[in-house]
Amino acid sequence: MVGLIQFIIDFLSLGGAYALMALGLVIVYGILKLVNFAYGELIMVAGYTLYLVGGTGMPWIFMAIIAILMSVLFGILTDYVAFRPVRAKSVTAVLITSFAFSTLLQNGALLFISPRPRNIPLPDIFTETIEIAGVITPIRNLLTIATAVISLSLFTWLMRRTVIGIAMRAAATHFTMARMLGVPANLIITSAFAISGLLAGIVSMFWLGRIGAVTPGIGLEPLLIAFIATVIGGMRSLQGAVLGGFLLAFIDTGLNYTLPQDLLKFRDAFTFSLVILILLWRPEGLLKGPASGQRT
Amino acid sequence: MKRHIITVGILIGLVILVVVAVEVANVRLFVRIAINLCIMLVLVLGLQVFMGNSGILSFAHIGFMGVGAYTSAMLTIPLQMRGMALPDLYPVLANVLLSPYITIIMGGLVAAAVAAAISYPLMRLSDAAAVITSFALLVVLHTIMLHWSEVTNGPRTLFGIPKVTNLYLAATVAAVAIVAALAFKESRLGILVRATRDDEVAAAAMGANIPNLRWIAFIISALFAGIGGALWGHFITSFSPKAFYLKETFVILGMLVIGGPRTVTGAVFGVFIVTIAFEALRALEGMINQAQIFSEQVAGVTEIVLALAMIAVLVFRPGGLLTTREIGDMIVHGRNKRGEK
Repeated sequence: MVGLIQFIIDFLSLGGAYALMALGLVIVYGILKLVNFAYGELIMVAGYTLYLVGGTGMPWIFMAIIAILMSVLFGILTDYVAFRPVRAKSVTAVLITSFAFSTLLQNGALLFISPRPRNIPLPDIFTETIEIAGVITPIRNLLTIATAVISLSLFTWLMRRTVIGIAMRAAATHFTMARMLGVPANLIITSAFAISGLLAGIVSMFWLGRIGAVTPGIGLEPLLIAFIATVIGGMRSLQGAVLGGFLLAFIDTGLNYTLPQDLLKFRDAFTFSLVILILLWRPEGLLKGPASGQRT
Repeated sequence: MKRHIITVGILIGLVILVVVAVEVANVRLFVRIAINLCIMLVLVLGLQVFMGNSGILSFAHIGFMGVGAYTSAMLTIPLQMRGMALPDLYPVLANVLLSPYITIIMGGLVAAAVAAAISYPLMRLSDAAAVITSFALLVVLHTIMLHWSEVTNGPRTLFGIPKVTNLYLAATVAAVAIVAALAFKESRLGILVRATRDDEVAAAAMGANIPNLRWIAFIISALFAGIGGALWGHFITSFSPKAFYLKETFVILGMLVIGGPRTVTGAVFGVFIVTIAFEALRALEGMINQAQIFSEQVAGVTEIVLALAMIAVLVFRPGGLLTTREIGDMIVHGRNKRGEK
């Protein structure tokens, strides 16, 4: 019983983080049908912002807000630098430019800050633990679950009830048609990138909170996780991304609890082979997205 | 035919020029740079064979380079060092010692075999799905290299690989790679693959078996990568799985994209331009670090410049510097035009 509660808390907190990461990637993919390879670097940007404002002595929550805003800003910047100039040309070109932008940000951090890990300021609550029904768990895990629930509800409300959300869903369904009906393409795409940055910023607080430090290469793992989750759940469906995130967390936590140590190190190879298999067997992912999908 | 001979002549001439220049200058650093350039030529031309002709971005190329490097290393490390370098190697392989010249080719063949075995289903995909699967493939290959300690010594550095790659060997292989890449491009197979790139539906309607064609191109591309990786292994003599991952992928991709993925000339020019720029920047970085202008070591300038250059090329000249025509075509075409007047 204690083991089960432990498992559920681990699974839900990991799943919440994964789902938010996947959602940030898929909101751009849904509209543009293009993968943003620089997505992981948004988490790095948030981390370095925390480190840079760490010395100012502000309350932590303000620092976190600044970091998340920087992540949003860089999300928008990704659109302007890597996507907008080549969007109409070819799929390959955009994938390469976003890969280049990711390298640009990483090496920028390497050059201007440091190749070595930098500690980031964290509130005390992140390191405390709490006992629930005999299970000792970090409060951080519960905070992750709560934040995921709040963010996901807000996100759902935004997509279902607001004009911009509906316009975004329309653009994801049929981009050309949406444009003909007066949806401004550039605005929609930029807002998608902003939301992508917002989600990355929020999740980075918990992701970095686990690690406690930030390095230039920190974005790779979240990017890979978001990749796997979206591929499993459905590249073009928002619900699919959330489902994929939780499913991946379930697989990861489950393997952690069951696999012997010497096989555990191959876990990445297993999960990525799973990605390849799912793309082959069901290229749309578990949940299908909107029916059509011509890219501009 | 004539234009192809001109293309091959000029491109191989460039390689010979580098060899002669380095021999005349006789500076150790230049020899290293020239060998590196020739190996990069092999790798980038391999990537061109698949990516340039099929139009599908592949991230997995460097993974196959790793396969080639480890295959060749495993079979050539001297037996007295074998126990230290690869303590867990399978008994069947533990006493096999082959000539590096054979194992370099074997490295290519093993990489091609791995590619052939796993990639066929992937060739059905195109666009973003194809790119994500190739990215996933790179991660899978990297994870396996990182953890299959019996063969790769795990994440630790593998050492003791005999140094056999000299300038002449590297230049010869690079020259062969140039001829092979151009021959593939102009062969029946190459033309068919290029047709699927330019119009998938039309090519399929004409009877082109798209997955099959791409598969063959992918295998040949992996063959290049394996040979290039084995050559590199025998040049650098000690390496770890880290050497075959995203950073290196970025460099060869940058070379190909800047030069122009659709032409062999573009691939060769890309390697030359990026190598020259890289070495100049690296020297600059070294000078800055030596002078200790900044309190910390300066690193990453080369990658930043390459990234900016790639973005600029894709924005302003999406096909790369040499978009569709080989250098031989340009010369022959130019002469014909003048003749008409």
